[in-house]
Amino acid sequence: MFQAIAFYAFSAILLLSAVMVIGARNPVHSVLFLILAFFNAAGLFILIGAEFLAMLLVVVYVGAVAVLFLFVVMMLDIDFAELKKGALQYLPLGGLIGLVLVVELWMGSKAWTLRPVQLEAAAQPIPYDVTNTAALGHILYTDYVFHFQIAGMVLLVAMIGAIVLTLRTRPGVRRQNIAAQNARTAADSVTMVDIKPGEGA
Amino acid sequence: MALVPFLYDLGIPYNAAWFISNAVLILIFDVVLLVLIAYLLLFDRKVWAAVQMRRGPNVVGPFGLLQTFADLFKFLFKEVIIPAGANKVLFLIAPFLTVLLAFAGWAVVPMDDGMVIADINVGILYLFAMSSLGVYGIIIAGWASNSKYPFLSALRAAAQMVSYEVSIGFVIITVLLFAGSLNLSDIVRAQATTGTLALFSWNWFSILFPMLPIFFVSALAETNRPPFDLVEAESELVAGFFVEYSSTPFLLFFLGEYLSIVLMCAMTSILFFGGWLAPINVWWLNWVPGIIWFLIKIVIVFFMFAMVKAMVPRYRYDQLMRLGWKVFLPTSLAWVVLTAGWVLFVRPHL
Repeated sequence: MFQAIAFYAFSAILLLSAVMVIGARNPVHSVLFLILAFFNAAGLFILIGAEFLAMLLVVVYVGAVAVLFLFVVMMLDIDFAELKKGALQYLPLGGLIGLVLVVELWMGSKAWTLRPVQLEAAAQPIPYDVTNTAALGHILYTDYVFHFQIAGMVLLVAMIGAIVLTLRTRPGVRRQNIAAQNARTAADSVTMVDIKPGEGA
Repeated sequence: MALVPFLYDLGIPYNAAWFISNAVLILIFDVVLLVLIAYLLLFDRKVWAAVQMRRGPNVVGPFGLLQTFADLFKFLFKEVIIPAGANKVLFLIAPFLTVLLAFAGWAVVPMDDGMVIADINVGILYLFAMSSLGVYGIIIAGWASNSKYPFLSALRAAAQMVSYEVSIGFVIITVLLFAGSLNLSDIVRAQATTGTLALFSWNWFSILFPMLPIFFVSALAETNRPPFDLVEAESELVAGFFVEYSSTPFLLFFLGEYLSIVLMCAMTSILFFGGWLAPINVWWLNWVPGIIWFLIKIVIVFFMFAMVKAMVPRYRYDQLMRLGWKVFLPTSLAWVVLTAGWVLFVRPHL
């Protein structure tokens, strides 16, 4: 009973906040609704017993990615109310894309069946004493370790690419050299000058 | 939990009985926690005063013991002022969010063996998630105030907390590798020993030792304590994100800040100082309840927090970022690899 109440509450808030993400006038409110949507998705994960995925969703998406989203949106100086005025003219096109996505999802779910090999694996439930985290770790780092490493390499290349694209080296910039600063002593940075009265510049 | 059979006998369905007994448990726990926080706050001020050779609060009650409660009622009876240009809903949500998240983190902290509200498998990830969400209270407050200084403070908070979360995450991973579990109670149990000098089997006296200062300093930065309180640097930003806050909303921010500081102290003592375990295995020390040991450890770590606040001058912002990204991140990343190698190759042969 409690599970059903929790499920409907999480799903209802998730759907409502997802609608509000595109519906809110203020972009900062949009991001906050997005965060609420992430949070309720994490709640749904907990209800199906995937507590590790739920915590990861909160830590990664809510704790880090959405903070940076919010950071950027708060800094933008665009009149979004002005932008949103013409938003209704995109409704037919957006609605069409949404409809196509829903139909594709429905078709995909109907056409999807388990291979006999996987059916066998699904018939053997995870033992009670194996936690979520251990099961996921076993799959990622033992069964599919090469796929995992390839994913890591792709991310590394993407990260380096982003740095290369945005890094600007300008000539003539005076940079701080921390080691040189820390190595300074009084002897080589201060000179005592004895100036007679009336002669100082 | 003890309430469940009693309520069940009264004819209340099991689900409802479980719900009510947990609600009562959480309520009692939070009230005790609040009183504890009130005295730790006084302790903080007394330590600060002693370092500066002052007396500290000493007027309300004997030795100033009731000072925090006097402050509490002062804040409660003041008028809530909301700036005309502020976003009213978000302005009021922000302090509630801060306190809510700070309280929520305490749900998984084990006070003693089995003495925990929610003994979940991913306890430490939950704690990490709740402490990383704490930044939202500050960002929302800074933005909703619609004022220059709070907004600058919110931007600083966002960058600072995201930076230091990374090294906290890696420190947590090294401890996880040692314990082999994400459950906080299991992390404490993994530090237990049958030898006499139990305190040398805790995580601080192992290859994990360099992670202790990194965790401590990152915890200071994560909770915006001095010397990393750039979010509320009074010489630059007046009071940072709570410039526009008064009375109860201000009180909630203050409470949330101290709740998360003490949560970080609890986390330090669980990860590195053996949680509820006695330091030496002799019968009369083991006879002392674990919760007492846990509280003593929390107070000792909190004393360190207070001393740092009293003694260390505030960092510059570029120094803060350099420390987080160029010193702590590479060190903790290297230590994850080293610890993994140690657990795999050295420890089984010990």
